[in-house]
Amino acid sequence: MMAWLDSYALSLLIALPLAGAAILLCVPSERPGAIRRTATALACAVMALSIYVFIAYDHSAGGMQFERTWSWLSMPGPWALGERAVTLRLGVDGIAAPMVLLTGIVMFTGTLASWSVSDRPKDFFVLYMLLLAGVFGVFVTLDMFLFFLFYELAVMPMYLLIGVWGSSSRFPTFSRPKEYGAMKLMLYLVAGSVLIWIAILAIFVEAGLGTFDIVELEKAAFSEGFQRFFFPFLMVGFGVLAGLWPFHTWSPDGHVAAPTAVSMVHAGVLMKLGAFGIIRIGMTLMPAGAEAWMPVLLALGTVNVLYGAWSAMGQTDLKYVIGYSSVSHMGYVAMGIATLHPLGLGGAVLQMFSHGVMTALFFAVVGVVYDRTHTRDIAVLNGLAKRMGFTATLFALAGMASLGLPGLSGFVAELLVFLGLFQTYPILGALGIIGAAMTAVYILRLMARVFFGPLGERWRDQTDASAPERAAALTLAGFILLVGLFPFPFIRAIESGALETLARFGGGG
Amino acid sequence: MNENDFLLLIPEFMAAGLAFAVLTLDFFLDDRRKHLLGYFAAAGLAATLAATLIQQWGISETMYGGALRMDAFTLFFRSAFLIMGIVTILSSVDYVRRNLNYPGEYYAILIFSIVGMMLMSASGELLTAYISLELLSLSMYALVAFDRYNPKSNEAGTKYILLGAVSSALMLYGISQIYGLLGTTRFDEMAFALSSGGGLAPGVIVGFALIFAGLGFKLAAVPFHMWAPDVYEGAPIPVAGFLAAASKAAAFALVMRLFAHALMPIAADWRTPIAALAALTMTVGNLAALAQTNAKRLLAYSSVGHVGYLLMGAAALAAVSPDGAVRTDFSRLAANGLTLHLIVYGVTNLAAFLCLTAFYNATGKDGISDLAGLARRSPFLGMSLAAALLSLAGLPIFAGFVSKFYLFGAAAAQGLLWLAGVAIFASLISLYYYLQVLRQAYMEPPPDGAGKIRLPRLTIAVLAALLAAMVLVGVYPSPLMGVIERASAALF
Repeated sequence: MMAWLDSYALSLLIALPLAGAAILLCVPSERPGAIRRTATALACAVMALSIYVFIAYDHSAGGMQFERTWSWLSMPGPWALGERAVTLRLGVDGIAAPMVLLTGIVMFTGTLASWSVSDRPKDFFVLYMLLLAGVFGVFVTLDMFLFFLFYELAVMPMYLLIGVWGSSSRFPTFSRPKEYGAMKLMLYLVAGSVLIWIAILAIFVEAGLGTFDIVELEKAAFSEGFQRFFFPFLMVGFGVLAGLWPFHTWSPDGHVAAPTAVSMVHAGVLMKLGAFGIIRIGMTLMPAGAEAWMPVLLALGTVNVLYGAWSAMGQTDLKYVIGYSSVSHMGYVAMGIATLHPLGLGGAVLQMFSHGVMTALFFAVVGVVYDRTHTRDIAVLNGLAKRMGFTATLFALAGMASLGLPGLSGFVAELLVFLGLFQTYPILGALGIIGAAMTAVYILRLMARVFFGPLGERWRDQTDASAPERAAALTLAGFILLVGLFPFPFIRAIESGALETLARFGGGG
Repeated sequence: MNENDFLLLIPEFMAAGLAFAVLTLDFFLDDRRKHLLGYFAAAGLAATLAATLIQQWGISETMYGGALRMDAFTLFFRSAFLIMGIVTILSSVDYVRRNLNYPGEYYAILIFSIVGMMLMSASGELLTAYISLELLSLSMYALVAFDRYNPKSNEAGTKYILLGAVSSALMLYGISQIYGLLGTTRFDEMAFALSSGGGLAPGVIVGFALIFAGLGFKLAAVPFHMWAPDVYEGAPIPVAGFLAAASKAAAFALVMRLFAHALMPIAADWRTPIAALAALTMTVGNLAALAQTNAKRLLAYSSVGHVGYLLMGAAALAAVSPDGAVRTDFSRLAANGLTLHLIVYGVTNLAAFLCLTAFYNATGKDGISDLAGLARRSPFLGMSLAAALLSLAGLPIFAGFVSKFYLFGAAAAQGLLWLAGVAIFASLISLYYYLQVLRQAYMEPPPDGAGKIRLPRLTIAVLAALLAAMVLVGVYPSPLMGVIERASAALF
């Protein structure tokens, strides 16, 4: 049984959401209850599977595990591997395994948070399932062609999910209709894909092996000039999705316009795809190029941290605060990757996980508030803790994790990034810590205004979170505590992956 | 088999006979039952398809002194045209019943155009190609102008026939030049004459340039594309879809034969001009599409953009090494990519035009803003339109993603990475206007008083089949690719 599960687990992670989309298409749209229950059951199964993959990943052995290859497409030509040009080669290493777990968690909790979707729930969940199939695909695929296919699949449904089910925001001086957010997000991300696509084709042709298989391509020797020329294509292309400054502006606009579950997936998982792409394709195939360009990534990441935090301090909309906070926190990921040091890279991956869970919790809680009050204006909301004790508590938990309180996940991840930074670029490490301090300013101020203090007159009859929303929030909170208190299972797995990735670099870090 | 075994032409005979049978049957049906003609024509084409597959599987023959070639390539394209013809006829039934007179002539002329296409893909010689191209074109002129009482249809027909006649004349003049200078019109003998070395005579260059101008008009490649939007807008909608899908595939089948058989020795001379034309076509087509307000005009410009991608595949049929030698290492890869994208683009366009047809049948409108609220008025139609547009834009899980990736990869492998980059960028532009249509269909509210749209069962069945094909090829292209590889192996 276990052996069977091991060889099919990753295929199932992609197939189950796809099958879910197909099944949901067949459920009549007049029965929203059945649609919700089906989606939740599926998401629950997928989460269980992703937990299994993470636990069963043997970090002492390291390397790619759960491998399985399905043939997909051949390409004729005088090259060595044209017969299996594109294969659905699946496998996870120590970096991908936590990402799979993260996706499972966010998918399940996002489904719970979407129980309140009442407009065309069938279409919503179909697109949601497609989106998640794409995300899982990216994390478990070892073939550039299908990696890119899943990457695009994870982007495509966003346009409709945001444009149809999102919410517009109006400020005194300007307004941001949801269609604007959706179109901006789509064009930015696809513009990033343009660069990625060109780089993938260039790698494919330069290697001359006739295959898109990343593991086979690792053996090809790419000239240093080639690597230096094409690495920025990947860095910027994936960087757009990772929210890298100055290509980040789609991200807060997109987050704000998106419905709760999509914000959760988007900030929780989707942005991680970008960072993961830099590691999986960029660093694995072009170490020399990566080495040459890392100072740039480091500088951009530092700007991300400081500029994101600075922008978050000036926002008056709850979701914009969290959106810019995401930009800031993704900066730590970029910085950690750019250290090319096992501690820094490991910290970056742990930060991806930690930020994913934490920001999903943020958006889930903000979604609860917005659902009931129909506003996200910080100036209008006040004292909600008196009526929404549960929501306030969990917001506080996410906030504490965000500003790096010891015992919560954010602390461990950021600590590792800082340790990596101080080994390599101490000055920037200091700047990073300033960024963390700025986080404390905007998070604490936000909590003081919105949740604490005297209760606003308008919010006398406010109700607290519903049962599915509570379940979602508690699941996420559980993982924040788990990583904060027992980080070692995560660190060991990630370390094995980070060391293998860095083994291809000159100094080994 | 005998070299002049006319039994190999049975598919053409059957199709032509079917056209006459439809015309005859037309006399005996009263007006209320004319729609049966459509089913009859579709069934006849299906029978032709079955006969073609049974009789011609695995055959590789030349006929009439090389004028026609019956090989896997021909078989593939014949089948493709027949299938596209069946889909078009089934998509037309409802439209014809509501909007057009003389259904018998409509279906018969459509079948004649298919005969022209089938011969075009089989031709191994310039004059045969020209005559079959004319059969196709004349049929299309009549079909475009078929909506006799609609001034737009008349305008489209007039424009199409005038410009088409000029381009045919150019092409014929080019053919005469080539015959005068090379002494042959057969592709294989042309290749032999061209490979004998020495520089190209200016007359030969002029001759080929004129032939390309004529073909470029049929393909709607920039700068010969100006007719396309007007004709697509004025033509009956299923005809526009057929024009975009099948007629383009036929012209590209001829282009592939011409380049792979006749012009390969002088690849160094045509490769760069064709690549430049491709870059221009994809850029202009996609940029012009941004400004359209009519859905048919939008699809017309989008098809111009797609012709750019396909021309890139044509340019990639040969590579030239720095010392000027022609290399064909990855020619089959390019031919595969070109054929795959042709088929995928054809199927997707048929789906998109069928969506517009069904919408027009229900509402009588074809503006992009008229599509507002489509997903609420008919979820299935909205989903089908979304799938078709996303496939045209090249997004997974639809076939358009795979075919674009394969085609662009082939171009890159043949040393055209820069052009693949332009194409990828052009795809980004195209995404914007496809999303604008999706935005109308999904995000805007329906106009006041607009009710649900009920689709005829036949439309639902055809759309579902096209959708299934798009997703199947998008998720697992290997079976189709296997067939295409056999076809393009016959080219080289």
